[in-house]
Amino acid sequence: MFARLASKRLLEIRQIFNQSPSQSSRSLSTALNYHLNSPDNNPDIPWDFNAKNKEKVREILSHYPSNYKQSAVIPLLDLAQQQHGGWLTVSAMNAVAKVIEVAPIRVYEVATFYSMFNRAKVGTYHLLVCGTSPCMIRGSREIEDALLKHLGVQRNEVTKDGLFSVGEMECMGCCVNAPMITVADYSNGSEGYTYNYYEDVTPKRVVEIVEMLRRGEKPPKGTQNPNRIMSGPEGGNTTLLSNPTPPPCRDLDAC
Amino acid sequence: MGLGLLALRASRTSLLGRSSSAISRPGFESGNPNFNLVRWIISTPELQKPEAATASEPAAPPPPPPRTPVGGARVHIEKPEDAIEVFVDGYPVKVPKGMTVLQACELAGVDIPRFCYHNRLSIAGNCRMCLVEVEKSPKPVASCAMPALPGMKIKTDTPIAKKAREGVMEFLLMNHPLDCPICDQGGECDLQDQSMAFGSDRGRFTEMKRSVVDKNLGPLVKTVMTRCIQCTRCVRFATEVAGVEDLGMLGRGSGEEIGTYVEKLMSSELSGNVIDICPVGALTSKPFAFKARNWELKGTESIDVTDAVGSNIRIDSRGPEVMRITPRLNEDINEEWISDKTRFCYDGLKRQRLNDPMIRGPDGRFKSVSWRDALAVVAEAAHQVTPEEIVGIAGKLSDAESMMVLKDLLNKMGSNNVWCEGNGMNPQADLRSGYLMNSSISGLEKADVFLLVGTQPRVEAPMVNARICKTIRATKAKVGYIGPPAEFNYDHQHLGSGPQTLQEIAEGRHPFCSALLSAKNPAIIVGAGLFERKDKDAIFSTIESIAKQAKAVRSDWNGLNVLLLNAAQAAALDLGLVPESENALETAKFVYLMGADDVDLEKLPSDAFVVYQGHHGDKGVYRSNVILPSSAFSEKEGTYENTEGCTQQTLPAVPTVGDARDDWKILRALSEVSGLRLNYTTLGGVRTRISTVAPNLVHMDEREPASFSATLAKPETQQKMSKEDFGVAVENFYMTDAITRASKIMAQCSASLLKK
Repeated sequence: MFARLASKRLLEIRQIFNQSPSQSSRSLSTALNYHLNSPDNNPDIPWDFNAKNKEKVREILSHYPSNYKQSAVIPLLDLAQQQHGGWLTVSAMNAVAKVIEVAPIRVYEVATFYSMFNRAKVGTYHLLVCGTSPCMIRGSREIEDALLKHLGVQRNEVTKDGLFSVGEMECMGCCVNAPMITVADYSNGSEGYTYNYYEDVTPKRVVEIVEMLRRGEKPPKGTQNPNRIMSGPEGGNTTLLSNPTPPPCRDLDAC
Repeated sequence: MGLGLLALRASRTSLLGRSSSAISRPGFESGNPNFNLVRWIISTPELQKPEAATASEPAAPPPPPPRTPVGGARVHIEKPEDAIEVFVDGYPVKVPKGMTVLQACELAGVDIPRFCYHNRLSIAGNCRMCLVEVEKSPKPVASCAMPALPGMKIKTDTPIAKKAREGVMEFLLMNHPLDCPICDQGGECDLQDQSMAFGSDRGRFTEMKRSVVDKNLGPLVKTVMTRCIQCTRCVRFATEVAGVEDLGMLGRGSGEEIGTYVEKLMSSELSGNVIDICPVGALTSKPFAFKARNWELKGTESIDVTDAVGSNIRIDSRGPEVMRITPRLNEDINEEWISDKTRFCYDGLKRQRLNDPMIRGPDGRFKSVSWRDALAVVAEAAHQVTPEEIVGIAGKLSDAESMMVLKDLLNKMGSNNVWCEGNGMNPQADLRSGYLMNSSISGLEKADVFLLVGTQPRVEAPMVNARICKTIRATKAKVGYIGPPAEFNYDHQHLGSGPQTLQEIAEGRHPFCSALLSAKNPAIIVGAGLFERKDKDAIFSTIESIAKQAKAVRSDWNGLNVLLLNAAQAAALDLGLVPESENALETAKFVYLMGADDVDLEKLPSDAFVVYQGHHGDKGVYRSNVILPSSAFSEKEGTYENTEGCTQQTLPAVPTVGDARDDWKILRALSEVSGLRLNYTTLGGVRTRISTVAPNLVHMDEREPASFSATLAKPETQQKMSKEDFGVAVENFYMTDAITRASKIMAQCSASLLKK
């Protein structure tokens, strides 16, 4: 009796685990929640905003009262990330902490919280595949697989030429044109930084986009389906074809 | 815990006793989850529909009888019109405006379970364990963060509140490893206790638990981060109380973890307190790891002697061994924190101890002898010198009783050259206000400007520093510091490094003067390190003139403070342990060191006879001729006066080591042997004698403020201040006396935490 019950239970547990093989490995946008020193990322490397960005820092700080400088942490981290080619080193975070006059740990807390701050090296073009339900249903897994296969990398890994890396993002509010990818373009520093959406992509189309980027071209952003205009329906409008009738109103002249 | 185990055992035995058919009975299925094919939480219909349950109750149940507040919580309502009335479980309670629902419940005698809330830290409200039901509120509210409003009807015992707690508990336990048997917090764990009291008997989580990398926080705090429930108490403690922003909450969602991000040790002298405030076993004591269970320990309420603050501690011992030291609540002195030195010096009590009387033979080696022989040798040596050549020095850790007996004995021998190390050769013992912290430690919270003269409170008295830090956080008080460059954990202005700056302030030429003069309650804190200086009197008279200008000494506020360094100092000065001549040591022939290790014995003539009476084989032993072993503070009953003039006593927690005896008993026996019989034979007798000299030293746990202020009736000094800068009084925070120097943990701390 005991043995039978126990073995049945064991089988059940095993089934539960078999159903969800990916449970044990969680995928986060960037790496670890703690820092490990490496030659290109350690606190001893000096880092500071360049002259142009120092101007921007002053501008950003002017948005906040002088006793609430710490409010500028997110824009400053963003600026630092753009300047440093898409990712934040420890010394960059320390530099931000110095600017806003808080302890470095307060900046680390923010940088680890937001997945758009990359704390590990990314490519010049950081490709982010949306993995939230609508995109997933419309095939974002295949999109990612196609990208990874084409570039020959793992997720969060940079290609040998340093041009591309692939990451995952949560919903970017583009569900109507799912699936979609975002390209964070760090090729022109913080001045020419763009963050473009490519929507309605197919495994074939993303590879084309990657190749265009590699050639230095600018693929058209937005929907990649030629039959759609922005987020409109495929093949033209299907509703609201005539001029809308005005709402009924009492006859004003009769009054 | 115990009840739960019993219940489990009972159900198991009854299960085995019955036939197998009994298993299929529903009662047993719900009782033992192992046999359920699907695990679920059985819920009663009332829990699902609380409205229905409350509606069916009688309309107006009589209010329950009033309960006593939790933990003796008291409230003082200053203005009666600021009081509001709330109802906790139907019982009305008056609370001041601005109190939270949780505090109101405590006043009403209802203990609300909590993890993140701590009454000395800011409110985080992230554990959600303190959910209660409030009438007219659509969902349970987190009572720790909700201000009490007039007429609020709080219900802590309803199905909604119970279900909410059960749910929160299930979520908290989801990622918590069930490793209580190997966890050091077991038995004193909030999570363990509260899950027994408020949790469910099963969970529905079948996935993998998360794992988190352990952090290295130094030699004192052990981390097992998978146990962490993200209450952020440690983060808030480090930021708000310890004043070091090292810890933070990293990541988000289920990946959230406590850490320092970069590899960094917790560089605080109060870091040990995170062990106490951690509600689970994530942060535990590294030296105490796997040494004992808390229910095996015997607690003895004592006080700390490693600095002059006299923090209240509990010495936890098992058999003859001190296992750990934990803080005791004392709002006036240490609140509920203690420094790392206090907490972790205990292993020094087991090492390098002197356990037999010893005499140095002609070959220079020590030989164990009986007490009778040792005392006879000492008495013989004392008789062979003239009274002026006899010197007695009390050590840093001496209690008032032994210092009284030492002074009496030496006086009987005809000498009055007896003093306590650290007080200098020319101490001012006439006016108590000249060596006490007159505004008291808790009184420092009222100060709005601090002037620290030659003192680094962070290393000299961390608990006083924590008070200053607290005041600065609360009121943005200014701090000026005169002394060598030092580390502070709050904003301060480094005004200068020597008497010259002091002179500038006294003459009103310094920019800090304006802050000092406009302050309502200025607090000047003078370090006792200055006692050793030759120009001490001149410095003190300059400081007094600054105090006079700043109106720091008034009838309602005395802001002229001295921060002492050692536990024995205040009592020694109260008892009048003042050397008769300043260069007594140079001409001494018979020196009685009562635990004095930091006396400069180089000046001593080579033919002098040195008796060392103490508990550790420390610096003093090297030069001594006779060693008399005595008991340490954990082994004796002794009176100590702290830096603010509060008299407290230690109590014996463990038996003495070897053949050691209490300090005063050794001296009393010596008086008998040398034929100078002292007329008391009991501790009570010694205390009666003390009460004739310093009556405040027999009023335990009372702070006796100085009755006269130092500015009164003081002879003008002819001294001039030298140009020499103020020195550092405490070089190594972790090693200041015989006990801490013998401690291995303290050695590790000074190796890894002190900056080179």
